[in-house]
Amino acid sequence: MSLTRIYGLFLRHFYLITRSFPRILDLVYWPTIQITLWGFISNFFATHTTYYNNAVGVILTCAILYDFLFRTSIGFNMLFLEEIWSRNFTNLFIAPMKIGEILTSLVITALIRSLIGLVPAILLTSPLFGISILDLGVFLFLLFLSLYIFGITLGILVSSGLLRFGPSFENIAWSTMFLLAPFGCIYYPIETLPEIFQKIAYVLPLVYIFEEARNILINQTVDIKNIYNAFIWNVFYFTLSITLFYYSFNAAKNKGTLINMGE
Amino acid sequence: MKNLIEVKDIRKNYGKKEAVKGISFNVKENEILGLLGPNGSGKTTTIGMLLGLLKPTSGQILINNLKLEDHRIEILEMINFISPYIELPKKLTVKQNLYVYSKLYKVQNIEERIEYLSEKLRIGELLDNITGELSSGQKNRVSLAKALINEPRVLLLDEPTASLDPEVGDFVRTFLEEYKREKKISILLASHNMSEVTRLCKSVLMMKNGKIIDQGKPDDLIAKHGRTNLEEVFLKLSRSKSELN
Repeated sequence: MSLTRIYGLFLRHFYLITRSFPRILDLVYWPTIQITLWGFISNFFATHTTYYNNAVGVILTCAILYDFLFRTSIGFNMLFLEEIWSRNFTNLFIAPMKIGEILTSLVITALIRSLIGLVPAILLTSPLFGISILDLGVFLFLLFLSLYIFGITLGILVSSGLLRFGPSFENIAWSTMFLLAPFGCIYYPIETLPEIFQKIAYVLPLVYIFEEARNILINQTVDIKNIYNAFIWNVFYFTLSITLFYYSFNAAKNKGTLINMGE
Repeated sequence: MKNLIEVKDIRKNYGKKEAVKGISFNVKENEILGLLGPNGSGKTTTIGMLLGLLKPTSGQILINNLKLEDHRIEILEMINFISPYIELPKKLTVKQNLYVYSKLYKVQNIEERIEYLSEKLRIGELLDNITGELSSGQKNRVSLAKALINEPRVLLLDEPTASLDPEVGDFVRTFLEEYKREKKISILLASHNMSEVTRLCKSVLMMKNGKIIDQGKPDDLIAKHGRTNLEEVFLKLSRSKSELN
């Protein structure tokens, strides 16, 4: 692994972000809108339901957590798509970069992109709704870490598809998160799902993360088992995604996708 | 002179389609080899295999005596590529692009290298410009600067002067001649510009349907086929029904 090359690829995206005010605005805009919208909805629910009446910030907290996941995953995909759209893909893959270096650089850049959007949104929740996501305490870090790993995992899986099938896979990049959202039990307990969907949900880390966020906020207790399960599934999916990425890279070299990418 | 590129009986199949059918050639140090052929003849596939973007179905590629399949990173550090079909990130300035690629190629003395290339390629005034806002000729020179940022020993050029006006085209050709002479690099040039190939290349390969159908010095090929220039030779070979001549 070369830190110089990882830094080089990071710089390519850092320059891109910092050169363009609309890009920074776009990063901040959607999380802020999302949080504001869900803030008012959660305020409404908090005063009209019994489930949420002892934890005003549950929906809002889950919205922030979900948005972080969404931004991380989309952010990673965007970095990859950016190379295709700018027809720079070939330049990148003929540079002497190891796959691990490319992935590491994109993973770091995706985190920074997500934080640029997330931090202002978190700061807004306190003055607007009197809620702080920091109420989750030190476990907030573990939940964010889990979401970050899963977001990156989804990003790598979609990028594997882009490598293997080319730009035609782009639409899948946008739809992955929406497909998984119902199974993630982001805003409702897992019991809400039909039994067959529950079985699917239990093999995703999301359900454990959001169950635990609700558990901490509503019951004021911590169930380490949820955090543990989330990490175990994350390790499984992350390993799978890396394996698939290497497989797709080799498949792309056989099929010729790398040379035609962006054309 | 030592061979910097050695291609030994490489084939590339896409399913049942044979894109490259067992070709072999060498490119020596301080030599420019022209790769000619009609569209679909296998030139791009061959370049793709040399860049490690495509895996040959069989055969072997050696760059500077290193097997490409075993030493991908080491080899990519010493080669580079330019093509009008790939571009640098459009939103970055020229200098940012060159800086990023300097990092990717782990160039030492980045500022010096950029300054040297800026002067040689006359892009000094463009360094702070947005890459996407440059003219075709300016973009071409910037891409060439990126391709030379790592002081490659092997340069692969795919239509390096396509869509350039005659003045810029001539500038690029003159630059390549001088740079090759000065640095003793090997260049593989795929081009449809026959006068360019005649001027730059010591020898050429003619490809058709994935095979090398003829090769030699431009003047020898012209004489052999009884034509007056390389373009006529190209047309004759491209239109011939027979694959081998």
